Amino acid sequence: MRFHSPFEGAWADPETMHTIRTGDWRLQRPVTRQARCSHCGLCYLFCPTGCVRDRGRHFSADLDFCKGCGVCARACPVSAVLMVEEEAGA
Amino acid sequence: MTTTALRVMDGNKAAAVGVMLCRPDLVASYPISPQTPLLEALYRARAEGRLEADTVEVEGENSALSAAIGAAAAGGRAFTATSSMGLMFMYDAYLFASGQRVPVVMTVATREQSAPHTVSSGQQDIMMVKDGGWVQLVTESCQEILDSILVAYRLAEDPRVQLPVNVSYDGYYLSHLSEPVQVPEQGAVDRFLAPVGAGKRPILSAEAPLTFGAFVVGDLYAEYRYKHCQAMQAALDIAEGLDGEFLAAFGREYGGSVETYRAEDAEILMVAMGSHAGTLKVAVDRLRDEGVAVGLARVRMFRPFPRARLASLLRGRRAVGVVDRSVSFGWGAGHLFVDVRAAADLDRRVPMVNFIGGIAGTDLRREMLEAAVRTTLARGRGVEGPEVVWLNLE
Repeated sequence: MRFHSPFEGAWADPETMHTIRTGDWRLQRPVTRQARCSHCGLCYLFCPTGCVRDRGRHFSADLDFCKGCGVCARACPVSAVLMVEEEAGA
Repeated sequence: MTTTALRVMDGNKAAAVGVMLCRPDLVASYPISPQTPLLEALYRARAEGRLEADTVEVEGENSALSAAIGAAAAGGRAFTATSSMGLMFMYDAYLFASGQRVPVVMTVATREQSAPHTVSSGQQDIMMVKDGGWVQLVTESCQEILDSILVAYRLAEDPRVQLPVNVSYDGYYLSHLSEPVQVPEQGAVDRFLAPVGAGKRPILSAEAPLTFGAFVVGDLYAEYRYKHCQAMQAALDIAEGLDGEFLAAFGREYGGSVETYRAEDAEILMVAMGSHAGTLKVAVDRLRDEGVAVGLARVRMFRPFPRARLASLLRGRRAVGVVDRSVSFGWGAGHLFVDVRAAADLDRRVPMVNFIGGIAGTDLRREMLEAAVRTTLARGRGVEGPEVVWLNLE
């Protein structure tokens, strides 16, 4: 038997909290072409899961949580975000 | 053992006295026959200053149990009570309480479950929640109602258990029947409950924040299900041992999960639970006078089901009679009968193994199921192993 929780029921503390990596569900991932990005922040505003991060001079998704919906690529006014198919087992 | 006061009271009053002796922090309940006089007794005691608990005026049973869950999660000792449709109206909160391992104690004055509509006594209501993960104690007398509430808190709040417990008593036959009841001293009850209480389990606290009711998927979900099963078994084991401790503290014993009556040399064994078990004892005595070797096994703990003790009690009898006060549709038999029948089959020689898997979105893959077939095959050839295999936790 392998146990992961120190608790008897569905309690959680910040150290042991069971986080769901929704990025595991992704079939395609957004890739930001940094040179093209104008740092306008529209992808940040439109991302339905709130996983787009401000990287200073450009924005890109946190792939632990990005589900690959492609809304950021559609919202980008300068086509800086490309959707790339995930490969099996990756 | 301490001195006690002998008083005459009905089952609802006995329950109220038992609850008050356990010093609850919160009482939340909604009136429904035949439980209402219990609720009235507790709220009156609160109004007159004899009960220090907070009370919540709720708009229904779902809120009553939810209030109790919240109080218990915050570290308090919480109580609620209901019957029949009130229990059904609690159902989602009922399952939440056990799955989240919240030690609420509830009494159920049992009643038939409409339709057909009635307020009459019956055990259909508690049978509708029998697989909901609570510990279920079933009583025979007003004395046992009071005593079982003390045991219920001791079990519920035990860190090895951390489960809600319900104590049921037959509506009207016990709820409205007056009997002499020994009322224990407050000090003795305090000592009996001293090993449990707040501080023995995770609670909601601003000083050490925790997430309550965390979202869970996959193998971790199976882990909590497995731990819940282990806690049920712990409740059974602890209840057997607690009987002796109860005897030392209060001078009464009941036999743990199953009380036996003239069963040792009985060729015919009757099985029952509830107030009619008392009547059955009288019937056993009369038939014994006629030379019939008959005895009784009275189930006091219906969940977890004391199947090992029952299996050994059933062994070697000429015939077994089970008295039910509820109906399992589709089995065409009573619920207790179905469970007793399953316990009797533990003695049969067909090896059986159970595989639990596919919990919370996990896959039951072809290779896992092939392995299950191979395990079953091995058991058929005499290889020993656990009765239940948890595929998520392998």
